[in-house]
Amino acid sequence: MAGVSWLGTVFTALSILFSKTTGINQGVGDEVPPVLFSLFILSLFTFYKYRIEKAESINFVDLLWKVFVTGLIATIVSLLFQLVLNMLGNTKLAQNLIFLDFIYLSNLGLVAAFLISTFIVWKRLILYQKSRFLLTTWKIFEYSLLISLVFNALPIPTITYVKDIYAGLLVLMGMFLSANMKWVAYLNFKQKWKSILLIALAMFYLGYFSFTLLGAAEDISEQTVDFLDFRGNMFIVALIGFIFIYALFSLLVLLFNLPTSSVFEQKLEEVVNFQKLSQSIQTEQNEERVYEILLESSSNTVFADAAWIEVNDNPKEPVYYTQNINAEEIRQIKFHLEANNIKGILDQGSDKTKNLNRYLSTLKGSSYRSIIAFPIKVKGKQEATLALLKDVSDGFNKENSKIIGTFTNQAGISIENFRLLSEALQNERYLEELKIAKRVQSSLLPAELEDDKDFNIVAFSEAADEVGGDYYDSYRINEHKIALIISDVSGKGTSAAFHMSQMKGVFHSLSQHDMSPKAFLASANKALSNCLDKASFITTSYFVIDTKQKAVEFSRAGHCPTLFYKKSDDEVTYFQNKGLGLGILRNNGFENYIQINSFKYSPGDVIVLYTDGITEAKNGKGDEFGYERLQQVIKRMSQAPADEIQKELINELYAFTGTEAIDDDYTTLIVKFI
Amino acid sequence: MVDIKRINEGDYELLRVVGEVDASSSIELDSAINEAIGSGGKKFLADCSNLDYISSAGLGVFMSYIEEFKKRNITFVIYGLNEKVQNVFEILGLDQLLVIHSTKEEGQTALK
Repeated sequence: MAGVSWLGTVFTALSILFSKTTGINQGVGDEVPPVLFSLFILSLFTFYKYRIEKAESINFVDLLWKVFVTGLIATIVSLLFQLVLNMLGNTKLAQNLIFLDFIYLSNLGLVAAFLISTFIVWKRLILYQKSRFLLTTWKIFEYSLLISLVFNALPIPTITYVKDIYAGLLVLMGMFLSANMKWVAYLNFKQKWKSILLIALAMFYLGYFSFTLLGAAEDISEQTVDFLDFRGNMFIVALIGFIFIYALFSLLVLLFNLPTSSVFEQKLEEVVNFQKLSQSIQTEQNEERVYEILLESSSNTVFADAAWIEVNDNPKEPVYYTQNINAEEIRQIKFHLEANNIKGILDQGSDKTKNLNRYLSTLKGSSYRSIIAFPIKVKGKQEATLALLKDVSDGFNKENSKIIGTFTNQAGISIENFRLLSEALQNERYLEELKIAKRVQSSLLPAELEDDKDFNIVAFSEAADEVGGDYYDSYRINEHKIALIISDVSGKGTSAAFHMSQMKGVFHSLSQHDMSPKAFLASANKALSNCLDKASFITTSYFVIDTKQKAVEFSRAGHCPTLFYKKSDDEVTYFQNKGLGLGILRNNGFENYIQINSFKYSPGDVIVLYTDGITEAKNGKGDEFGYERLQQVIKRMSQAPADEIQKELINELYAFTGTEAIDDDYTTLIVKFI
Repeated sequence: MVDIKRINEGDYELLRVVGEVDASSSIELDSAINEAIGSGGKKFLADCSNLDYISSAGLGVFMSYIEEFKKRNITFVIYGLNEKVQNVFEILGLDQLLVIHSTKEEGQTALK
């Protein structure tokens, strides 16, 4: 398209010139070449717009490089024409107007290509980090430029005077847009130098072209006015002006930005380092790695000559992470600062950027002249100290202090997160261990109780916590004697569970000696007195059932009174006997508080052992299940077998509390004589 | 929750125990008694008329001071237990080891 319109432009322009000079009417209107030229420009515009604007990942230097290359090709071609012209010297052809016009037109085409490609590049540069306002302004500018093509295509005399105002507006808009130089800030030092060079060359091309074209146009205009004079083409002139202005601005801005580019690079480095540190929260496995990253990031960021981190987990043996410094030097510096009584540097005072060159200058054997230090705090407690050193005095400024302060905060958070994570894992492990404890403990309760032809026995136990403190068991002493026990350890949870296992040991070692219940409790008290902690005790009821005598002997050590259903009386009563919990009196006086009780049993009689978790179980209103309710349930169920009595009791209990969650361990042991 | 106030009433110190003593609040009861007897006094009256509930851990606290009272020659009198709490003390047998009275006057008399 561009090629065709270009050839058309050249052909028609030349033919008009030819016809004018020779007086032969060619039949081609004067207005055709400008229209074709405008078409040419439009197609070039579209071409470059597509090529340059759509290229996604081109950096600024590459864009400028494109401008340079386009300019270079255009210049070489233009120079070749010049060379041909010079070789021809003063031959007739060199004087031929049509030939001159051809060369001029060729140059004009090259310039147009160069101008438009540069224009599109400038557009990309200007619109870098664009705002809506900027984008709108640019669109107006671009369309205004394209509209100016219409002026060229249709040189209507009535609007000629408008041209000046229009051109003025274009210049103003171009100046305004030229103030957008954000891209410059994103170049590093080297890229800035490259850009300066490329822009300077582009400006040189621009000058060269303008000069050549101007010269050629002047030469031709001396002989005829009927040629395509670019000087009157507002589009071309405006474009040259705009490209020149922006190139000049860019050059100046680049030059002035050169000295500060290192600051900008440093800022970028800070951001990158900070990001690295933040990421280490998620990815790194341990605290050491966080310290290492902190050390590296912070010393890189502020260009420190040496750095160290002191971790004071153990004040006697601090751990050091170092960079370009050895332990001996650290010791010297610390000692020196201490000797000079400097507060607030390694012991975290308020002003961390205190001028310390005064003190360090007197430090022998070290080249460091400034030091800055930061606390690394985890949960508000100082865990470590970061110190940075430079070999120039006053080496650290407020900015440095701020950014490193942020780094150390971030590191503190990272470490805290690690700890929380490992704590969570630890808790998980504890829960797992508690589950094991529960399993072990439930195995402490007997799977089966001693059955006998004289009685049935059932038991139920439910712990409030993972592990409970209730215990029951049975032991066959001999053919006709069976020992039964129920115990409740004071307190709840793990410590109660431990005491319960002690109780089991005591029961199994003492019951086999066929002791009287009172003697059993006295011995158990003695044994447990040395095991239980100061405020713990165990309540127990101990029974010996003698199937030969059809009698039960029992003693109570502070445990809930046993419930007894006597079939002959059809009465449910609590045994009222004195007793004292095990572990309350830890000297010899204990047995004075223990009574021994006994009764004869007959078929149908029931004894119910239980722990206070049952009588003290509360409902939503705060009422306790109580002794009377227990009594009533047993009375009602007295004729049922032991397992049914138990089932009903448990159902009643849960119905009363209205919840599956229990406050204290529930245990019952029911014996029904047959 | 339990609230314990120490009031000096002349020749003895009054400990007013208000609320419930369970496993967690038993620690407060323990430190209150510990402080009271640590101050050097020899006569104490514990007003438990507003003690609504006591768990085995709470009983454990009273129990753990029995030896100490004897050793230091301290008279520690409890009064005003409600029926339920009194029952708990009795079942465990603590009523045989601690001095428990129903009214303040009886308690005061017991201190003399």
